[in-house]
Amino acid sequence: MKKIALMAAGAALTFAASATPGLAQSTLEAVKSRGALACGVNTGLAGFGAPDSQGVWKGLDVDMCRAVAAAMFGDANKVRYVPLTAQQRFTALQSGEVDMLARNTTWTLQRDTALGLDFVGVNFYDGQGFMVPKKLGVKSAKELNGATVCVQPGTTTELNLTDYFRANKMTFKPVVIEKLEEVTAAYYSGRCDVYTTDRSGLASTRATGPNPNDHVVLPDVISKEPLGPAVRHGDNRWADVVRWTFNSMLEAEEMGITSKNIDQMLNDTNPAIQRFVGKTGDFGKMLGLDEKWSYNVIKQVGNYSESYDRNLSPLGLERGINALWKDGGVMYSPPMR
Amino acid sequence: MASRPAAGKRPPASPGVRLSLRDPTVRALLYQVLAIAGVALVAWYLISNTIQNLETRKIASGFGFLDREAGLPVGEAMIAYSPADSYLRALIVGVLNTLRVAVVGIVLATILGALIGIARLSKNWLLARAATIYVEVARNLPLLLQLIFWWTVFRDIFPGPREAYHPIAGVFMSNRGLQFPSLIDDPAHVYIVAAFLVGIVVAFFLRKWAQRRQDATGQQFPVLWSAVALVFGLPALVFLAAGAPFRLDVPSLQGFNFVGGSNLTPEFAALLVGLTLYTGAFIAEIVRSGILAVSYGQTEAALALGMRRGFVLRLIILPQALRVIVPPLTSQYLNLTKNSSLAVAIGYPDLVNIANTTINQTGQAVEGIAIIMAVYLTVSLSISAFMNWYNRKIALVER
Repeated sequence: MKKIALMAAGAALTFAASATPGLAQSTLEAVKSRGALACGVNTGLAGFGAPDSQGVWKGLDVDMCRAVAAAMFGDANKVRYVPLTAQQRFTALQSGEVDMLARNTTWTLQRDTALGLDFVGVNFYDGQGFMVPKKLGVKSAKELNGATVCVQPGTTTELNLTDYFRANKMTFKPVVIEKLEEVTAAYYSGRCDVYTTDRSGLASTRATGPNPNDHVVLPDVISKEPLGPAVRHGDNRWADVVRWTFNSMLEAEEMGITSKNIDQMLNDTNPAIQRFVGKTGDFGKMLGLDEKWSYNVIKQVGNYSESYDRNLSPLGLERGINALWKDGGVMYSPPMR
Repeated sequence: MASRPAAGKRPPASPGVRLSLRDPTVRALLYQVLAIAGVALVAWYLISNTIQNLETRKIASGFGFLDREAGLPVGEAMIAYSPADSYLRALIVGVLNTLRVAVVGIVLATILGALIGIARLSKNWLLARAATIYVEVARNLPLLLQLIFWWTVFRDIFPGPREAYHPIAGVFMSNRGLQFPSLIDDPAHVYIVAAFLVGIVVAFFLRKWAQRRQDATGQQFPVLWSAVALVFGLPALVFLAAGAPFRLDVPSLQGFNFVGGSNLTPEFAALLVGLTLYTGAFIAEIVRSGILAVSYGQTEAALALGMRRGFVLRLIILPQALRVIVPPLTSQYLNLTKNSSLAVAIGYPDLVNIANTTINQTGQAVEGIAIIMAVYLTVSLSISAFMNWYNRKIALVER
């Protein structure tokens, strides 16, 4: 009896000693040893993250995933895409199911703190708008009193919507559906008078939906929506990798380096370009990557304007506020030196 | 338990018993202690691991978020709700919406199941076949598929509010749902409802009295008609005495939507129809099996005694069939309640829908899931307890 009790206690202690939490390893090492980046993307929003007819993921956010994979492995295709709904995204990142989130997610104070996320930059400055059928004859969001509004749950959109109607002393009836495909289907079937989301999302939905000319996006912008990639809180080295991968795409646009000309740029004598392509300096070592990291990002994915032109220009979205600072926008990379 | 293996120093309570692994009592006790310790250890590991992980990632925890302003829009609520209310109130709205669809669904599915179950046993070839086809289709298609089907139907076959169908005055059918007139509240309505409840209670005791009198004297009393008179007559009298306070809030189209009256949304309708048809098919089979379980000899014996067909069904077959029907029926009621969480897919604001959004806005998944689990457990155990009580009541009394 005593022996057994001792053995049981011993087993319990061993078990307890091994009961240290997982995920102590840094994400950078975990991704490196896994050989692929698990990237949380939208379930299907044209221009940001959606599979094309061949099943290849395309979009501005998808390019963010590809750029990080290119920086880490020298191969932009080493990405495992995890499509996430608005409601699934944070839990997926918190629990370690994905390494980073590039899923048009608005940077807010609460998400940065209480949700345990770190936003590493803004890859698209957006604002919330409304889309209505043209035949309703609505000219401004102020005329939407009493309307039925289709909206996705778990988004800042949902909260801005209630704030906006409360502030303007108007009422509305919400139809709250999680899946993007279902919520737009509800709007197009006439279940709702209005569909609201970020204006880029409206443009994407309108362009890919039936009869784009029967629907208008109202001019009102009711919120600031800085969309950007996010990582888990407290893993600073990994956050650095994602942050500087994005910055390198902005920096490349500013220096005029594109995927087409970067091989000629290898021989350029400009010291900033030499540092950028990894000829001199040791940015790679500082980040825990090899020295060709930024070369690979631009060679395989392209700079920010190439990504933008490829994904968002076809939807009719002008660069606008998303232009570089020197072109009148707010896109600005801290210096790479 | 005189022979409890205590600290070891104390002498055993009775000299004949010694602490030995060969003693089955000691062994049994040891196994139980080990099992409990094992479960406790796993639970402790999971909980401490979760807490530690939440702390290292600086994720907020605790139930403090329930008091915070929710800001969530909710499409339909049985109690007054606005986005300025707290998360707690939003969750209560969700619980009530879940209960609403579950209660109405259980009642409708039971009625439908009973009718279809009897129809399958009908001698009418067409009726029996039609019932069979319904049962096989409804229970062999995934429920989620059926829900999305009904939602699409309600959404797409009806026109927009400006071209709504208008079958009778004040009733509109559109893709915004069914809009119908509602009673305007009047203080007298409380008394009418009270009279209705009093009628039910009096009718119940009347039935007991009539049964006792019949047992004693053999005289029958027209219980059914007097019960109907009590249950509906009393409220009608109160209604007239109060001066017939009857005013309707009739809906009308204003701007985008209908204003006034009550509304049945396409989401609620789709969920209710889907759950009722799906569960009704299973209940039909349970009812059929219950009736078949009573041997035909019983019917023949009753008829030979000169009983009428209706009495045979009510007094001989149903009481015996119910003993077979009630236990599996409980499972179906539980299934219907739990399946109502598929409402998420079609945007009906049930508990899971609102809790999911709460989790997303606050990031507190552990707490949110715990709330969902606690609510479903409470509801399911309540249904179970009620059905078990009812089952004991109708079970064969063995002497």
